[in-house]
Amino acid sequence: MSVLIFIDAAEGKIKKASLEAITYGAHIAQQLGVSAEGVVLGQITDDLATLGKYGVQKIHRVADEKLNNLDAQVYAKVIADVATATGATVLVCSNNVDGKSIAPRLSVRLKAGLVAGAVALPDTANGFTVKKNVFSGKAFANISVSTDIKIVSLSPNAYKIEAGEGTAEVVDFSTTVEAPKVKVTNVEKASGEVPLTEAEIVVSGGRGLKGPENWGMIEELAKLLHAATACSRPVADAGWRPHNEHVGQTGIAIAPNLYIAIGISGAIQHLAGVNRSKTIVVINKDEDAPFFKAADYGIVGDAFEVVPKMIESIKKMKGGA
Amino acid sequence: MKILVCISKTPDTTAKIAFTDNNTKFDTNGVQWIINPYDEWYALVRAIELKEADAATVIHLVNIGGADADPIIRKALALGGDEAIRVNADNHDGYFVASQIAAVAKEGNYDLIFTGKETIDYNGSSIGGMLAEMLEMPFVSLASKFELSGTTATITREIEGGAETCEVALPVVVSAAKGMAEARIPNMRGIMAARTKPLNVKEPVEAESLTTVASFGLPPAKAGVKLVDADNVDELVRLLHEEAKVI
Ligand SMILES: Cc1cc2nc3c(=O)[nH]c(=O)nc-3n(C[C@H](O)[C@H](O)[C@H](O)COP(=O)(O)OP(=O)(O)OC[C@H]3O[C@@H](n4cnc5c(N)ncnc54)[C@H](O)[C@@H]3O)c2cc1C
Ligand SMILES: Nc1ncnc2c1ncn2[C@@H]1O[C@H](COP(=O)(O)O)[C@@H](O)[C@H]1O
Repeated sequence: MSVLIFIDAAEGKIKKASLEAITYGAHIAQQLGVSAEGVVLGQITDDLATLGKYGVQKIHRVADEKLNNLDAQVYAKVIADVATATGATVLVCSNNVDGKSIAPRLSVRLKAGLVAGAVALPDTANGFTVKKNVFSGKAFANISVSTDIKIVSLSPNAYKIEAGEGTAEVVDFSTTVEAPKVKVTNVEKASGEVPLTEAEIVVSGGRGLKGPENWGMIEELAKLLHAATACSRPVADAGWRPHNEHVGQTGIAIAPNLYIAIGISGAIQHLAGVNRSKTIVVINKDEDAPFFKAADYGIVGDAFEVVPKMIESIKKMKGGA
Repeated sequence: MKILVCISKTPDTTAKIAFTDNNTKFDTNGVQWIINPYDEWYALVRAIELKEADAATVIHLVNIGGADADPIIRKALALGGDEAIRVNADNHDGYFVASQIAAVAKEGNYDLIFTGKETIDYNGSSIGGMLAEMLEMPFVSLASKFELSGTTATITREIEGGAETCEVALPVVVSAAKGMAEARIPNMRGIMAARTKPLNVKEPVEAESLTTVASFGLPPAKAGVKLVDADNVDELVRLLHEEAKVI
């Protein structure tokens, strides 16, 4: 028996979301008194043994170049092979873009119940029940899994990475790898340095900023805080900002440590995508803006005055620290 | 070309979220139902665009749900679906729903199956992938662009920190995210036509559920906002640094 964690990589580098998944999976393994093992697909440049510090004891590597790009069908077959060979009873992955394509396929292949988007450790006292967000973060549900094998995909930014001591034993696992049917022809990097879903801090702008030409201060603030930038839906719809920055019920759902909302009213559909942020700061000139009800800190004021002051103040703090 | 679009019924985005029966059931009292936005705005509209480009294309809709889903199915027909199949079952386990859709898909022999990125109520984001595995088809998730040339699809999807473009031969299952198409509203002609389009009701096939909802809950309310004066931005920065410890 073991917990098997799918560790995903992009361009040979392990993703941050996978470190969360490893910590989470290792904690489940401890809880169940079984070993925590990992599976890594494709050619990886990062040192896998060091992942042991997040709690994984053994890593099964399938370093086949056919696995360098994601084809969920090919991936699911290989991961299922590893799971079966190692007798895994719980499979863990991140509910990121890769996890969302692989976990459902694994669920069918292994006839294993899937909880997609877990936010806490499973309750294993009496069965296997996992908490996840539903209704776009407006509620949660406890989902019971009744199958012998369970699959849990962890919501990004929901579980804190813990690093300790230890090295993982890395072993090559051999199995047949089918030729991918999905051929990746191009990968384009977004201009922002920090991917939105992985960002600890997000600076977001709404229609209150009047036009795309005013985003300079948003980007400057984001850069200063090593943050990603986001926006409300009308801003993306108007083409002021790229579509991939749109957060909310119909955009991307995020859960950073800090979300700074500037000139955004806080419509319920917007909140649905950001209400899991740990700390929310709202800057809005209208004291009745609904966003203040969901905020931890707020300033009632004109963004064009407040944001430049904020930039100065943070520079001062960083300079002094 | 035969396209199957999976349509689910979700509460309106402004619906009040509450639970009944000792927090085991969603309180549907006063809730307005809509087509799940991803299914309507992106999956269905992109299918309609493909049909507009090639008149020989046929669009079937599938919904797993009770008779209360009929109004949203009619709306999807009004937008441009040709024919709908409703499998008469009220069950939200992804594996069960995917099994039902798979049975419909096998019978219909589709070249292309669209789902939405996720439902805005259960947020499973998993039915497309399950379906693809059941049908042994490739699956491309979270597509923000979809182009077709002959029997080859070129699909762009958002990945962490960028976008990826891939090619795949039909048949394929694709989940649709923002960017695939622009939302439309049904016109009068569509609404009239929808009344006479076939909506076939089928009984479910034998299938298991692998998960159940044990209970629902609401997140704890926020303690209340701490307002800082606009002339004292330094204080906000101090609070974020020292109290919240987030910068
Ligand atoms: C089905 C559905 C799904 C939706 N999904 C989403 C979604 O996913 N994400 C999303 O964001 N929206 C979504 N919406 C839209 C949503 O309802 C709101 O319309 C939208 O979020 C409003 O964007 P906004 O706050 O930027 O603009 P507005 O509502 O116009 O608000 C602008 C705010 O800026 C403030 N302001 C103006 N000038 C200044 C200034 N100088 N300084 C400071 N503040 C200023 C104003 O007081 C106001 O509060 C959806 C709507 C529907 C119907
Ligand atoms: N009951 C249903 N009937 C038909 N299609 C569904 C149903 N539930 C979900 N789907 C489809 O599967 C997609 C993903 O749903 P989910 O995996 O539940 O988030 C939705 O966007 C729909 O396209």
